[in-house]
Amino acid sequence: MADKKTMIRLQGIVKRYYIGKPNELEILHGIDLDVKEGEFISVVGSSGSGKTTMMNIIGILDRPTEGEYLLDGMDVAHAKDRELSLIRNQKIGFVFQTYNLISRTSALKNVELPMLYAGINRKERTDRAKKLLEMVGMEERVCHHPDELSGGQKQRVAIARAMANDPAIILADEPTGALDSKTGRRIMDIFQKLNKEQGKTIVLITHSQELARETGRIVTLKDGEIIGERRGDEC
Amino acid sequence: MLILENILLALSGLRANKVRSLLTMLGIIIGIASVIAIMTLGDSISSSVTDSMSSMGANNVTVGLQQKSTTAETLSSGMSFTFGPRMTEVQDEDLVTEEMLEDLKAYFSEEVAGYSLSESLGSGTARTGSLYAYVNALGVNKENLEDADLTLLAGRTLSERDQQEARKVVMVSDLLVNNLFDGDCQKAVGQTVDVLFGSRYRTYTIVGVYEYENSGMEFVSSAEEDTQTVLYVPLQTARDQNHNTSGYRQFIIQTAAGIQASDFCTQVEEYMNGRYYKDNDSFEISAMSMESIIKSMMEMLSTVSLAIAAIAGISLLVGGIGVMNIMLVSITERTREIGTRKALGATNGSIRLQFIMEAIVLCLLGGVIGILLGIGIASIATRLMGYAVSPSVKGIILSVSFSVFIGVFFGYYPADKAAKLNPIDALRYE
Repeated sequence: MADKKTMIRLQGIVKRYYIGKPNELEILHGIDLDVKEGEFISVVGSSGSGKTTMMNIIGILDRPTEGEYLLDGMDVAHAKDRELSLIRNQKIGFVFQTYNLISRTSALKNVELPMLYAGINRKERTDRAKKLLEMVGMEERVCHHPDELSGGQKQRVAIARAMANDPAIILADEPTGALDSKTGRRIMDIFQKLNKEQGKTIVLITHSQELARETGRIVTLKDGEIIGERRGDEC
Repeated sequence: MLILENILLALSGLRANKVRSLLTMLGIIIGIASVIAIMTLGDSISSSVTDSMSSMGANNVTVGLQQKSTTAETLSSGMSFTFGPRMTEVQDEDLVTEEMLEDLKAYFSEEVAGYSLSESLGSGTARTGSLYAYVNALGVNKENLEDADLTLLAGRTLSERDQQEARKVVMVSDLLVNNLFDGDCQKAVGQTVDVLFGSRYRTYTIVGVYEYENSGMEFVSSAEEDTQTVLYVPLQTARDQNHNTSGYRQFIIQTAAGIQASDFCTQVEEYMNGRYYKDNDSFEISAMSMESIIKSMMEMLSTVSLAIAAIAGISLLVGGIGVMNIMLVSITERTREIGTRKALGATNGSIRLQFIMEAIVLCLLGGVIGILLGIGIASIATRLMGYAVSPSVKGIILSVSFSVFIGVFFGYYPADKAAKLNPIDALRYE
């Protein structure tokens, strides 16, 4: 592990809302976290602990108020909006609890979407999207619209979409939260496969201790601070 | 490439909300349809009117008496509105005499080719037995009859001798023959016809039958058998019957080829007024050509079209506001989608482009439907009025570009609002 490069480096990350107002609120109080390439970590914590805020900062959907953030060696805390769009597009794949598929288009078009924004031509997009859907076992449902799919199927399409531009990092925010345990199991298997076979760095946010234990490292957040880190197999 | 994808995306969005899209487009459809209908109607009417008017003799200059006025406002076209009670009866000494005509012809010997003269006997009813037909009797000279450009169906036209001897002969229309002689034109020639003017009968012998043509200038409002047609009698006959020995209220100059009719009008007015009407308190000479009448009619028509187009423009504005409204609703509904797109790497620019394209597609589709509807309405209307349809190309180009403009203009604000959404807020939106 030691020779692997650092994929995510958070140093002294502070996030405050309503700055300068009477109701000023500090959600994160100085987070330090390093994630190496190819690591599969989970972030656990009760609600209100700051998991999602941290996730948003890692996914550069939000900027930290203070602190440094290096993503794959690049300083992203001070990048411009346009550059951030490009980084999100190329380096990060998002998987949401509520899937967030575009309901008016087919599974295939959903998977193609990040490639569309990357400017990849139609043929290449379609070919790759089909391969990705095959990888998550959805080759039979390519032309179905999201409302014709079950929750587990939607999440598999979402994972295929997250993989579209072959990102270095996959950020999954409670990906099994809305699924029954059997379906959730299947989704976890896909993540494990992506981590082991393709070497993807995965950050998984979850409530479930059981799922967290399967990951390489568990980071526990409480009240905006990291209160503990342990290896998944130590439990 | 993104543009094409966005068009497809917009179309699928419209399909998903068919009723809403249609209702939104309705404002644009109605606006564009009325612009197109009005412009097409205007173009069709003006081209038919120009055709029929120039066939009536674009080289003719109509010269007539006109009230001299200090209170009258004379329009450029020669039409005049007289205000106040100052209306003087035309006296015999005010009329244009034969001598004046001779003099004018001598003075403008190169310009004047001939005079087309007429004397109206007024409206009347032609009768044989219990059968009748409405007529308008007109005394005409040879030139006037030539200008009328009649198609002879039977018999002959009015001859030089008819004119000189002031014979009581007439040319009648085939419609009159239908009413009085069972449509047998040959049989009608040589028959006599009694015409009742007011309370007085006059009897004429029919020498010829001409084919009635709707000039396209009047609406056919009554049944064919009730149509009033012209009864042509020799000029001198009409003058005798009117006991008119002094002159004409109005005459038409047939100008020689290559004469600029509108310029010639001014020259005639100057000459005649300078020489004969300087001391006349009540009347002066006014001359106008078909050219100037056509011009003023066109001006009137385009003013009317413009006014209606302005009203249609307001409807387009309202339609545009409708589009903006629905775009704002659509963006609120799709806030999560916008957040997702941003998380997947969409830049502000591509989100803005997506929604502007959606607004443009909506407006353009409405525009195309409006154009088709407008041409349809105009075709029906022009056909009912008996004109040939000529769709207004200018109107179509104008409408298409205007609907794209509405799309961009009213789509920009909502699209920009969508583009500037904070991705986290958008993703969290319930």
